[in-house]
This record gives sequence, structure tokens and C-alpha cells, in this order.
Amino acid sequence: MIKKSDIHIHIETKNLNVYYDNNYVLKNVNIEIPTKQLTAIIGPSGCGKTTLLKSFNRLLDLRDNIKTSGEILVDGENIFDSRVDVPDMRKKMGLLSQKPYPLPMSIYNNVAYGLRIHGKKNAKELDSAVKHYLQEAGLWNEVKDRLHDPASRLSVGQQQRLCLARAIAVEPEVVLCDEPTSALDPIAAQQIEKLLLKLKKEYTVVLVTHTLRQAKRLADHVVFLYFGKVVEQGPADEVFNNPKDPKTKAYIDGDIS
Amino acid sequence: MNKRKLRDFIGTKLMFTVTIFASLLFFAIFLILLYKSIFILETQSIAELLFSSLWNPEKGEFGLYPIIIGTILVTGISLIIAIPISLLSAVYIAEYAPGKIRRVIRPFLDVLAGVPSVVYGLCAFLFLVPLVKDVIAPWFGIESTGLCILTASVTLAIMVFPIIISLCVESFSAIPIELKEASLSVGATKWETVKKVIFRASAPSIISAVLLGFGRAFGETIAVNMVVGGIPRIPSSLLHPGQTLASLIASAYGEMMSVPLYESALMLVALILFVVVLLFNVLAVVVLRRAKRRWSY
Repeated sequence: MIKKSDIHIHIETKNLNVYYDNNYVLKNVNIEIPTKQLTAIIGPSGCGKTTLLKSFNRLLDLRDNIKTSGEILVDGENIFDSRVDVPDMRKKMGLLSQKPYPLPMSIYNNVAYGLRIHGKKNAKELDSAVKHYLQEAGLWNEVKDRLHDPASRLSVGQQQRLCLARAIAVEPEVVLCDEPTSALDPIAAQQIEKLLLKLKKEYTVVLVTHTLRQAKRLADHVVFLYFGKVVEQGPADEVFNNPKDPKTKAYIDGDIS
Repeated sequence: MNKRKLRDFIGTKLMFTVTIFASLLFFAIFLILLYKSIFILETQSIAELLFSSLWNPEKGEFGLYPIIIGTILVTGISLIIAIPISLLSAVYIAEYAPGKIRRVIRPFLDVLAGVPSVVYGLCAFLFLVPLVKDVIAPWFGIESTGLCILTASVTLAIMVFPIIISLCVESFSAIPIELKEASLSVGATKWETVKKVIFRASAPSIISAVLLGFGRAFGETIAVNMVVGGIPRIPSSLLHPGQTLASLIASAYGEMMSVPLYESALMLVALILFVVVLLFNVLAVVVLRRAKRRWSY
């Protein structure tokens, strides 16, 4: 049993509010995401899970008509602070999206993309780094003979693991996963789940999921979001076995969705 | 057969017929041009026509070389000016401009793309020609009437901008936001994302846009005719007059038809325009297929 004082908080939101056009998407969200654990954000579709996840590395900046207020502290530093270098901050947060989006280049270059951007140019170093991260993502054996094929020719499940390799290649501290298995067949999904369990030893993993069973299988820590509000958060066994809020209980029992 | 099925049957056949008819036009035009150019091809070899610099219709000399050079210069320079400016502008509109600016600029571009070319020609004649004559040519110490290759190229570049920009903005905006997020979330800057992801992912559309721009510049007749000078001689500088293939047909056809073989020579020019556009389209298909394979996402 981990004592509360031992848990180090990696990401913390303080009164986070997000408005999308005239929709109030996230309402006064205050959550804490512990370091090197897997935190699952659960809740019905459209409750703001993805918005919350994408606010952590300021990807919401890409969209017009979004207004944000409040603070998000990553390692104690507010990412909305004007002194924050946004690309550097994003580098610390790998992203795995709902559907895999390989970049329009070869398998090799997808992994090398981030490495090159951050200054690794030596061909030998790149080769070994690409190999290492493809191995980490459990893809190396399947692609080692066709590293220079376009990444789009891989199967969807392989693409998702490639995206994972691309994300961890720049050695982030956090991996943000937005329903990463929802587009995959059961076997590919299982591979990703295994990888996530492995990753949480080294990274802080935040997993948005709408499958309760997946959250139960993987999560150490759970945040339950309902219509933009945090209803409950805490260690997974507490939230799943002993929910304090009747809404959480109803959701876990499948009474609301 | 009941009424509904009969209508479906007739509809299908009708669509088939009009499609065949439209495609046959391609062969019809090609054959007419070929048939009409045969007269001049019987008297002179194609190599002689393409590479001789002597253009004296009255003496029966129809060397197209200076006009071909003029066409390559005008089209090439206009694209060299237009492509980088259009791409940067399209990237700005699609990726950097706030939503409001984007919504205001786009309709303007679409209107510009549809303005008849004679309007561009007129504006160029009124503003660009004096500018080149009184300001730009003196800079270089060259005497110019302002009716020259450079003026025609700039005019064409301006005409081509809105087409390329409009098509590129459309294709940049069609790139899924998740692809940009993927690049940004490994710590890439916006410009790195534009350069390495957006340009690649939309390479097929950029190529199509440039080819469409090429088609417009290469085939543009009236606007070029108004400002290029219309002299079928190899220009000694960009500030000297020249002539292009399309503009030659417009200025000569119907005027000097009494000169023997002149009509046939113009038909040959038209055939060259036709064949070049055809070749570029074939090239486009090949290049696009390769680009799509390499840079799909």
C-alpha cells in the first residue's frame, strides 16, 4: 500500500475552465495526477475527457474559439505562463491519439522525426535510437526489414505502436493517451494495453478511456468526469470498489452512460 | 418495364452518351489541329519550324523558336514568382491567421480567381507597364517601352496567385488536426510542422495547384497579348518585348489569312499548345501517383 505522502504529483489543475464557442466544456476542474502511475480519466462520451487531456500540453491552442482559464501545473510550473516555451513543454508530453496518425514519411523517419528536431543528426546514433524505441513499442520485429516503407502501409494496430515509438523517442515524462485502443481490433488493443502497463514504470501515463473494464485493468488512479465536472478522483480500488459519490456508483454499475 | 426503371435506364444511357461525346471532343480537336497543320508540315520539317529563329510569314518563314522561348520565359518566370509567394500566403491563411482574418480573406481570393483575364490585362497595362517603363527599366539602365517579358510574367504571376493560394488553403485545411498535434506533441515548432508534415501531406494537392497555375499561365492569351509586346524575336533581356504561342494566335488569326500557309502555321502553334498541356497532364498523373504513395498518412 502506497502512503499518500509518498505520491508525487506530476500534473495538477487548479480551477481549470474551458469554453468551446458557447459551450462550457470543463467546469472548475481540480485534479492531481501522480507521477509514474497510470491515471485513467473515465466518464461518458462528450463529458470533456479529451479536452482535459489535450489541455495538458496546450494542444487546445490549435483550435479557434477556445477559451481557457485557471492553471495547469506540470512539475509545479504553470504551463499557461507566458515564459513557458511551448514546444519544449510539449516535448515532455507524448501523445497517443484515438486513431493512429503516422506522419507522411517512412516508418524510420516517423521515429527519427522528433530526434532530428531535437538535434540528433548522427546516422549511427539515429539508427540505434530508432531500433531501441521500435523495440520498446514492440514493433521492431515486424518492421525491421521495411523501415523505409511509408508508415501508412502498416496495419492500424502497427501504426498505433509506431505512434507510441514516435512519442517516447523524444523521452517525454508523461504519455497522454486519448482512447488509444478505440480504433483497434482486440488483439492490437491488448498489445497497446500491455505496453501502457510497461510504460507506467518509467512515465506518468494519463489514459482517457470510455471502457470501464479497460480502466479497471490498467489504472492506479482514476478521475471520473461527468458533464465537465470532476465527480470523484482517487486510487483506482477506492473509486471502483467504494465510490463515494452516487453518480460514480451509477456509472460503474452501468446505470448511467 | 415500369416507369421508374425505364427512367433509370434512359438516364444511364443519356449520361453515357454525353460523357462519350465530351471525351470524343478531345480526339476531334486533336485531329482538326493535326489536319490543318499538315500543310505547313509538308513544306517544312518540324525541327526546322521549332528551331528556326526566322519568323517572316510574308516570305514563308515560320520559325517558332523565338516564340517558344518567349513562352517558356513568361510561363517559367511567372511561376517562379507565384509559387513561393502563394505557398507562404496559403500557409499563413490556413495555419497562422486567426479565424476572423481567414473568413474575410478567402472570399476575396475566390473572386480574384474568377476575374476575367482581360481585366488583369487592362490593370497591368495601366499600372504595371508605366512602372516598368519609368522605374524598373531605368534602374537597370535599359530603355523599355514597358511592354515586355517581365511585365507579362508579373501579370501572369498575379493571375495565378489566387488559384494556387485558394487550392492550397483548401488542402492545408483538409489535413486532420490530429496530424499536426502528432508533430507538435513531440516538441516540433509550428514552422517545423508546416515544413515537414503539412507540405508533405498536401504535396499531391500542391502539385495539382501548381499545374493548374501552369495551365493558366501557359495558355493565357489576352492579358499577355496586351503587355508582352508581341514581337516574335528572342528578347535580349527580360525588359524587352517578346511573344508567346497563345498570344501569337490571338493577335494574328484573322488578320493575315491571305498569306499562304499562315493559317496552317497558327494551327501548328495551337497543336503545340494542345500537346504540351496533354503532356503536362500525363506527367501530373504520374507524379501525383508517386507523391500519394510516398506521402500518404
